[in-house]
Amino acid sequence: IGHPEIFPLVFTTQTQEIFKCRVDEDVTKENCFKLIKKEDIIEDLKARAAVSDFHPVKKIVQEYPGEELLIVFDVEQQYGQNFYLVATEEAKENLLKPPEVAEEEEEEEEKEKEADENKEGTLEEFVYKPPVRKPWVSLGSEKEVEEESVKDTASKTKYLISRVRRKFGAPVTFTDKNASSVKDTYIECTSYQDKTFSIKLLEKDVGAQIVPKVRENSTQTKWTYPKNAAIQYFPREFSDEEKKESLSSKKLKEFITSVLLRMEIALQQNEIMNVFVDDWRALAEDESSYGSKSDIYLKEYQSFTDLHYLKDRTISCVCWHPNIYGIIAESATERLSYDERVDLSGKLLLQKSVILFWSFSDPLHPQLMLECPEDIYCFQFSPSDPNIIAGGCFNGQVVLWDISQYEEKLRNAKSSAGVKKTDVNLPSFIQAQQCGTEPPLVRYCAVSSIEYSHRTIITDIHWLPDFFEVNRMGATFENRAEICVQLVTCSPDCSILFWDIRGTKLPVQPLSDKNKEEKIIDVLPDFPDTFKHLDLTWKPLIKINLCKSDTSVDYSPIRISLTEEYYHYKTSDKMQSQNKLVELNKESPYAEISVPSGKILKGLENVSTNFFVGTEDGEIIYSDWKMERDSKKPSQKHAVHDGIVHTVQRSPFFKDIVLSVGPWNFAIWKEGLATGPILQSCCSAVRYTVGQWSLTRPGVFFIGREDGNIDIWDLLEKTHEPSQFQSISISMITCIRPWIASAKQQFLAVSDDSGVLHVLEISWTLSHPSSNEHANVLHYFEREVEYQKYYEQRQEFRAKERIE
Amino acid sequence: GIPIRTTLDNSTTVQYAGLLHQLTMRARSTVRDIDPQNDLTFLRIRSKKHEIMVAPDNEYLLIVIQNPCE
Repeated sequence: IGHPEIFPLVFTTQTQEIFKCRVDEDVTKENCFKLIKKEDIIEDLKARAAVSDFHPVKKIVQEYPGEELLIVFDVEQQYGQNFYLVATEEAKENLLKPPEVAEEEEEEEEKEKEADENKEGTLEEFVYKPPVRKPWVSLGSEKEVEEESVKDTASKTKYLISRVRRKFGAPVTFTDKNASSVKDTYIECTSYQDKTFSIKLLEKDVGAQIVPKVRENSTQTKWTYPKNAAIQYFPREFSDEEKKESLSSKKLKEFITSVLLRMEIALQQNEIMNVFVDDWRALAEDESSYGSKSDIYLKEYQSFTDLHYLKDRTISCVCWHPNIYGIIAESATERLSYDERVDLSGKLLLQKSVILFWSFSDPLHPQLMLECPEDIYCFQFSPSDPNIIAGGCFNGQVVLWDISQYEEKLRNAKSSAGVKKTDVNLPSFIQAQQCGTEPPLVRYCAVSSIEYSHRTIITDIHWLPDFFEVNRMGATFENRAEICVQLVTCSPDCSILFWDIRGTKLPVQPLSDKNKEEKIIDVLPDFPDTFKHLDLTWKPLIKINLCKSDTSVDYSPIRISLTEEYYHYKTSDKMQSQNKLVELNKESPYAEISVPSGKILKGLENVSTNFFVGTEDGEIIYSDWKMERDSKKPSQKHAVHDGIVHTVQRSPFFKDIVLSVGPWNFAIWKEGLATGPILQSCCSAVRYTVGQWSLTRPGVFFIGREDGNIDIWDLLEKTHEPSQFQSISISMITCIRPWIASAKQQFLAVSDDSGVLHVLEISWTLSHPSSNEHANVLHYFEREVEYQKYYEQRQEFRAKERIE
Repeated sequence: GIPIRTTLDNSTTVQYAGLLHQLTMRARSTVRDIDPQNDLTFLRIRSKKHEIMVAPDNEYLLIVIQNPCE
């Protein structure tokens, strides 16, 4: 209760009557104040002691300074009772007076209202009273202020730290000391877990939401697509004037002079040494040449024999077809001695002599047969036109065949090994013949005239190479036709004949009739008339008699070898010959080509006209066919062999090296060396029958023997005996012919006395030359030549010595 | 490089000139990278089929193509 001087009282009715403050009579709402004397109250108190209503305020009444106390009728019971006593004079005064002021104010308000209504009423002047200073009455607030103010509860302690006087001004060093290191320097209140303050969380309500993290992202790719783009450019070039100008400029001259020396040195170095030698490769090859001997042998590839045609016959000559792979031709002859021939001459006329063509694809049936008038002892394909075949007969005639019609058949011999293709323009009976299993028989085109041919058997026939031709005098001229048109034959009748297959200048019937005849089935030339102009009228061009100088007996040549020969050992030449074939097929040029006169043709000076001849008596003759005014004398002769020389062959690699094989030994000659053979083998136990150089290895040659063996000689390996020998058959070997079929295949055709033709494959080692073989063999020959010369010198020396 | 004088046919010459010029430049820069005092005097390229010799200069090039001597 904020008014400490107000004391609520309850007045009973009795009290009210006593003091005359009866409610609603003496004291009303408006007049709620009643002043009661103090004495009256005290009397009341004495009278009624405890019952008196003033009992609770007894003390206050006694202490009350004034005389009259104010009693206020509390209508609304503001203070809890219906009356209240005001304990102080001041309060009494305030209570009594303010209502007066309030009354006054009420009066003023009424007056103001009246004044406002009038709007002309003058306000009562509010007298400004300056504030009057009053003594401060404490209402208890100073206690609160005191409580709030901060005062030192305890007096602060002062520490005075002083130093010794001598240390005044001296530098001070302070150190740190950790308080926790020394005990009891501090007092701490360690924290501890007060269990009264820990509240265990037993349950917690938590809400969770799962949201996938979704993020949008985008990329842009560059799509590159291929686009064709083309650039055209041309190089910059100088114009002609500019070129000339720069050529003549001084700077260029200086440059050239400075650079010249260097370039010359480099070029000279290149000249001195072959810079393209691959040393590694050369090294490897040398080792392989000393390889094992097991690789060196001839593998049996195929063998051909025919019982019908080759019964009791021997094969005298074998030739490979130059162009067509796998075609080989052999000539079969009777295996009879001269006397037997004479005895059986009648019977022999009935039997056909044939040249058989075999193909690899059909070992049982010959592909083609060439009819021969007599037994053929040697034949050759024309190098420029393999459809022309020339053969030498037993009786000395030269025979020509033309198998152009059958070329197609031969080429397709592989594919049609049973089915016969019919050629066009053939007479019916030939077709009938073809339908059977018999091979087609081709009749010869031409034979030479009997009077002018050889008198005995032709033992060797060669075609002259296509780059030169020979005229009647033996002089060589260039061959404009570029085909092989001339032959050379030799025979034991001591003559060598040159033949020309072209028409002579004698008037010949025009060919147009002949062409027509070929197509009309008439009295029937069933053979191509390519050489009709020669048939039976063919005369040799040149006849050379080999006569001995001292005696009247002439040499009887068996084999001949010309300096210029055409060799089939280069397979790249196939293209050339094929080109020529195309030209020839269009017409029959042999008749139309006439022998050009000597003036038109250009003379070839560098063609050698020398030749080697091996004779029946075992001599080797070196001579020249160019006819001169005086009688021909052979320039050199050597008697080396003891019997008939059956092989004289030039090496395919060295033009001046000739191999001659006699019955008991062989010899290697160098053309130009007159003293004798470079190499002469010792006598062998078995007769030699044939010899042939290898086509790919310069130092290798094959020799066939009487006992059916083949000796393989390698000059680089051994020269006193064969490096290898192999047994091929049981009968005598009659002919050996090597052939390069492809880069990896080499064949050796070996024919024997019993009529069997063996085709052997030459092994790799035998066919593939080592890297330096050519050089080595050449070197070997040169060494031998040197030796010969040295030997001669020594002989002379010794002769001189003997004289002295 | 632009050919001034040649014994070969035009297209081959142009080809050789362009290609060998670049190669020579590259070779010379290689030599000089290793030793700046050095310079290329002669370049020889040996291949299976030919030998190509190049003599360079500041302005000109002399190119010789040689077949193996066999």
